[in-house]
Amino acid sequence: MRKRGIRDLPSALLLLWLLGWAPAALAHKASDSYLTLDVTAGKFNGQWDIALRDLDFALGLDRDQDQRITWGEVRTQHQAIASYALSHLQLSTQGQVCPSQVTAQLIDTHTDGAYAVVRFRADCPPAMTDFTLDYRLFFDLDAQHKGLLRLLTPGGTRTAILGSNHPRQRFEFGHANWRNDFRQYLELGAWHIWTGFDHLLFLFSLLLPCVLARVAGTWQPAPNLRASLGDIAKVVTAFTLAHSLTLSLATLEIVSLPSRLVESAIAASVVLAACNNLFPITRDGRWLLAFIFGLVHGFGFAGVLSDLGLAPRALLSALVAFNVGVELGQLALVSVFIPLVWRLRAGLFYRRLIMGGGSFAIAVIALIWFSERAFLMKLL
Amino acid sequence: MNSTRFSCRLSTWLCVFGLTIFATSLTAKPTIPTHDSQVLEVLPATLADRRARELRILRNALAATPTNLALATQLAGEYIEIGRTTGDPRYGGYAESVLSPWWNQAKPPPEVLLLRAQLRQRAHQFASALADLDQLLGAQPRDPRARLQRATIRQVTGDYAGARADCAALKPQVSALLVTHCQALVMSVTGDLAAAYTMLNAAVMAADGLTPVTAAWVLTSLGEMAERSDRAELADQHFRAALSLTPDDQYLLMAYADFLLAQGRAIEVVRLVEPHLRVDGLLLRYGLALQATGAPAAPAVVRQLAARFAANAARQESAHKREEARFVLELANEPVRALELARENWAVQKEPADLRILLACARRAGSPEALALAQDWLTQTGLEDRALTRR
Repeated sequence: MRKRGIRDLPSALLLLWLLGWAPAALAHKASDSYLTLDVTAGKFNGQWDIALRDLDFALGLDRDQDQRITWGEVRTQHQAIASYALSHLQLSTQGQVCPSQVTAQLIDTHTDGAYAVVRFRADCPPAMTDFTLDYRLFFDLDAQHKGLLRLLTPGGTRTAILGSNHPRQRFEFGHANWRNDFRQYLELGAWHIWTGFDHLLFLFSLLLPCVLARVAGTWQPAPNLRASLGDIAKVVTAFTLAHSLTLSLATLEIVSLPSRLVESAIAASVVLAACNNLFPITRDGRWLLAFIFGLVHGFGFAGVLSDLGLAPRALLSALVAFNVGVELGQLALVSVFIPLVWRLRAGLFYRRLIMGGGSFAIAVIALIWFSERAFLMKLL
Repeated sequence: MNSTRFSCRLSTWLCVFGLTIFATSLTAKPTIPTHDSQVLEVLPATLADRRARELRILRNALAATPTNLALATQLAGEYIEIGRTTGDPRYGGYAESVLSPWWNQAKPPPEVLLLRAQLRQRAHQFASALADLDQLLGAQPRDPRARLQRATIRQVTGDYAGARADCAALKPQVSALLVTHCQALVMSVTGDLAAAYTMLNAAVMAADGLTPVTAAWVLTSLGEMAERSDRAELADQHFRAALSLTPDDQYLLMAYADFLLAQGRAIEVVRLVEPHLRVDGLLLRYGLALQATGAPAAPAVVRQLAARFAANAARQESAHKREEARFVLELANEPVRALELARENWAVQKEPADLRILLACARRAGSPEALALAQDWLTQTGLEDRALTRR
């Protein structure tokens, strides 16, 4: 059997291959538009991504017919695009059409190519409790075209698909209750830190040695409660500041990291924190560890929040509520933890079994998590 | 000294962390381009100028008289053919729109029935496609196109007795080679692989004046049969001969890429499919090949594929479950979810490739139930495929 080696690759290709380059190939895909409607009290803010290729099929954007659509060709036909788009989409309530107008036009890419991003607003009566969406884009040209709708309301996000055989859909919404929402996210945050063993084990690994002192290569009980409390406060504060920072950055979509990376890094941080108790590399720098890896844990918290699919308007209050919930949950745990370890710290049970054996066990568990998350192995 | 070591490690960590954040923050957001000359989109240039002009003329003529049956079926036929050769699903939608005056009729004209059946088959709506063909053959039993298409669907869905009957009924209307091809395909999956190969090979030798498309089609089948009987050299020859005739045929490219992957010739797959990465199935083979060679680009391709499958899922499209199952099994490494997809796919179609992915998922996910499902099919039909029994 012939086995070809890497030598057979042309050198240019080989270079790209070595650099980890992958062609950003566009897909062949059936026609979709992506419509996002953000509605509060009758005011709609819409963003509608429509494939340039489809617009060309309908309007002939490619004026010079060189099979290339340039920004100039799109820009000069903004008027035509705007009126074509809005004449194929109607928002109405109680039989009354809500007037709409385009506010901006931009460009974005999806898996199958470049899209015109049409931003628009529509004004319905503020007291409306339902509305009807009538979607007719491209159905006369492409019966398999679909409009993929994301509807953002104060009460949450809904999705719907509009097709040529069901172009009209009616949506109802009740009235959102802000106080109720806030409490829900608060509970969610507290619950997440209580049940998120990786966050807990990380924090505990860093807090375990706070009530001990390193004397001549062995752990001895710390003599001074105030110094220990100061230590604990430093670690907890650093962890809190760091994860709040990245939680906010990620939730506000200023920074985003792939979840596999985040989850693996969280597991790795637990391994490191536990190992630091067995073979200390830093004693006074634990707060620094807490800060640096706290950044990673914040991304993990953000993953929980983003999985809920929040409306941008509800985002800030949800973020604050969730974060406060996390801190309250954490505080509650630490306030139980401190008196317990302070009392136990003098005995060998604590220094050997909890500090040594416990840290070792944590490191092993976290290592298993790490391999599962980083290499997608199934170990537990 | 401990502290310097620590700060050294610390700075490395911070660098890696910072770089990762920087790299991932560059994700796309809607923008306003800065130059008028910036090319945003390149339209499909697969159509030769003359053909494009003919299409435009047809389109304009039909726009004036949308219910002109002759014009509509001609244009829809053109769109379907372009969609088949390019693998671009948008043409299916165009064809359906052109046929919209008749599309929802219970008894549309025979020409429309045939085209509707083709579009439904492509969307893997086999039951409704078969219903259209049954209706058409009920009225025109001698229609060879409908007969051939029904034989194909029946074979894909595992109705071998039905497929055999349709192949036999083809006889007076189409060439001997097409009849033999039809029969050999059924024989090759019902325990007569060797005989099917010999029969088809003899028929293609005897035939003359074949169009390149027909010849390539038959050669592809010969390649697949040779591959299944573990005659790699022979299979390679057939596939290459077919490629010299129709180098851009999506089905052929996928079949040859799969053959090369199974033979451990992943590097060749990279070169073979690189010009065709718009097609999901071929990007999948590309990703599998990169993974097999350990190329660092593989994760990037995996991300692209995941985005494409997600985009298809968003419009609730489910025609390509076989490909998705393979992606989920081999590139995303989620055997349980892959098995779910493979079973859903198996409920719809039953080609050797469908059984391969079902079996692979069943083994990796450790599902005796799914294994039994695959095994039962093997014993029931007598299907021969070395790829299935090798591992």
